[in-house]
Amino acid sequence: MDLSLSPEQQEIRRLVREFAEREIKPRAAAIDHTDDFPRDLVAKAAQLGLLGILVPEAYSGAGLGHVAFAVFVEEVARYSASTAGILDVHGSVGTEPIVLFGNEEQKRRWLPDLANGKKLAAFALTEPEAGSDAAHLKTIATHQNGKYVLRGTKIFITNAGEAQLYVVMATTHPGSGAEGITTFLVGGDNPGLKVGPKFKKMGLNGSAIAEVHLEDCAVDETDRLGNEGEGFRIAMRALDSGRIGISAQAVGLAQGALDDAIAYAKERKQFGKPIAELQTIQNKIADMTVKVSAARWMTWKAAALCDAGQPFTKAASMAKLFATDAAMEITLDALQVFGGYGYLEDYPMARRVRDAKACQIYEGTNQVQRVVIARELMPA
Amino acid sequence: MDFQLNDEQRQIQEMVHDLCLERVEPRAPEIDESGEFPWDIKDLFAKHDILAIPFTPEYGGVSGSALTLIIAVEEISKFCVTSSLILSVQSLGSLPIWLSGTESQKRKYLPPLARGEQLAAYALTEPGSGSDAGGMRTRAIKHGDTYVLNGSKTFITGGSVADTLVVFARTDQDGDTPAKNISAFIVEKTMPGFKVGKLERKLGIRGSPTAQLFFEDVAVPAANRLGDEGQGFKLAMRVLDHSRPGIAAQALGLAEGAFDLARRYARDRRQFGKPIAEFQGIQFMLADMATQIEAARALTYASGDALDRQLPEISVSSSMAKLFASDTAMRVTTDAVQILGGYGYLRDFPAERMMRDAKITQIYEGTNEIQRFVIAREVLKEKG
Repeated sequence: MDLSLSPEQQEIRRLVREFAEREIKPRAAAIDHTDDFPRDLVAKAAQLGLLGILVPEAYSGAGLGHVAFAVFVEEVARYSASTAGILDVHGSVGTEPIVLFGNEEQKRRWLPDLANGKKLAAFALTEPEAGSDAAHLKTIATHQNGKYVLRGTKIFITNAGEAQLYVVMATTHPGSGAEGITTFLVGGDNPGLKVGPKFKKMGLNGSAIAEVHLEDCAVDETDRLGNEGEGFRIAMRALDSGRIGISAQAVGLAQGALDDAIAYAKERKQFGKPIAELQTIQNKIADMTVKVSAARWMTWKAAALCDAGQPFTKAASMAKLFATDAAMEITLDALQVFGGYGYLEDYPMARRVRDAKACQIYEGTNQVQRVVIARELMPA
Repeated sequence: MDFQLNDEQRQIQEMVHDLCLERVEPRAPEIDESGEFPWDIKDLFAKHDILAIPFTPEYGGVSGSALTLIIAVEEISKFCVTSSLILSVQSLGSLPIWLSGTESQKRKYLPPLARGEQLAAYALTEPGSGSDAGGMRTRAIKHGDTYVLNGSKTFITGGSVADTLVVFARTDQDGDTPAKNISAFIVEKTMPGFKVGKLERKLGIRGSPTAQLFFEDVAVPAANRLGDEGQGFKLAMRVLDHSRPGIAAQALGLAEGAFDLARRYARDRRQFGKPIAEFQGIQFMLADMATQIEAARALTYASGDALDRQLPEISVSSSMAKLFASDTAMRVTTDAVQILGGYGYLRDFPAERMMRDAKITQIYEGTNEIQRFVIAREVLKEKG
């Protein structure tokens, strides 16, 4: 057992922490208020080489693996969970399917641009009628004249309208359920791909989440990722490691909330002394500290298993479930420590509560995580 | 980053697991029912070098790694927490000697403990000083080359069966003010004036004797003082930093044992024409139990790793592991009883014993309220 970060992982942590404090922290409140997509921050992250952490060096990435990726997402999420979400979706579910399942030509065509930030990626699985039950999606891909024509609607697509690549799941064999699903790489400039208006959301403001309409969207056969019928497996594999990123996002949110709560508790005086000296506040801070620490270890464990090529589905689902529930509890507790000020949008505490809620829902609701965990615990 | 156990740890884990499955699990209900110390299990553990795990080879042991000890305690606790305490207390009682003993104290006392010929105990708590060790009244007065101990200790796990006890006593002369000067002494049970009082009747861990100890003019050679005079309080706290991961391991193993029981039962038990494991209400309970256990395991192993690597944050990581794992054990064992339903409430099944045993892990070696205090103090300090 070696529970230390490697020198490279420590370097990523130092680099991202410094970047996040300098560039993201001062912008986080404005991103939330304006709901504008932070293109400038994405570009700056790209300059630092942070967009291709999971891309192998042979394709201009950093080739660093999931522990490093989790460290990166956590540090960004400490100040801005929405920026972390944008970068996470791009680097994980948007990019990793090509790393894992792409052919040489597809890798050479997409990965360098995804790694250097010339292109941003999105992942399009969910549909209005197929959320947790993703096997029953309705988007159809018809194979005709050497092309596939995609028709259907995707919903809740992070980076919609900003992305230059959409990893789209559609059925090539309607009625076959999971076995009929195939994955396609669709360019953002495809005339058949139309993005709806950005949703107004409770939180994660700045992150563009919208519907994606596929209207007679023709893609080349060479843009099929993997074989026909392999799409569900590709999507589930992408989501397995995607959950590590969501866990890391939740850990960052929680750590940021805890840091602020500690600083405030030491500064805020009531009854003649800092509230940090009151045992009820101390207890809250102790419980928050324990939960963040457990959530981080679980995230890193899932990441380390993934990097070691070992089964990690259960570990990733457990990390996602635990870390996102912890983030919800901790952001609420941190708001409570701030009292009335916590309820004001002038402070980051309210925003973190709004952002944390999303983590319990996306990339598989926490109810779906429990289904996955129970299935892993009790195989048929 | 690598969460895998090393070969030594895997071998010990397997050996302890197999042994406990065969020899300890069948004894667990009897030990609970009789409330008697299981000498047969102690001999079994001694014979298989399990009691040697806390000690390094130079003192007759087989490991000395905190993480390896955690793995062993966890395995035993899956089957019988009372039995795991034989190993935990052997470690707890010898830790002060290992941490602050002179070479000759270590050579004299540790090898017989490692061989399991002798048992150790750790005597800190008193009727008037539990979480607040400063309220200690047991006094050691120096006369020439000996200290004369007078006072009493309470809640001493294994106190009635121990041969070698580390006893904390105040060496200042002031009666009632908070103890300013606490020192630690190695006391042998054969020293005149040492008496074991009544054994407590308890909710759980019934085969682990919890004793009152009395010291009436016990003459202890000055050579048995551990460290300098006045260093006892610091030593006691250091020992607890090292021992709390062991309680976390107990709680972890207990939770895993209860979870395995509940999972097996849920797959066998049929209602409404199918196993209750197929109902989402039960599935989600099991998923939550397993996730809490995974979190507890992560914190517990991390605290062992921090001890083995002597990281600066061992106080916080030990307290976090103890707090979280013991709260997890309480929740998981309670849920296990719930999943077994009426059967869970019966003495015929181990679930109710596990739930009773879990409660102590939230209380001893620092209540969970004390753990929160320790954690908050450290994080509020470090962010200053």
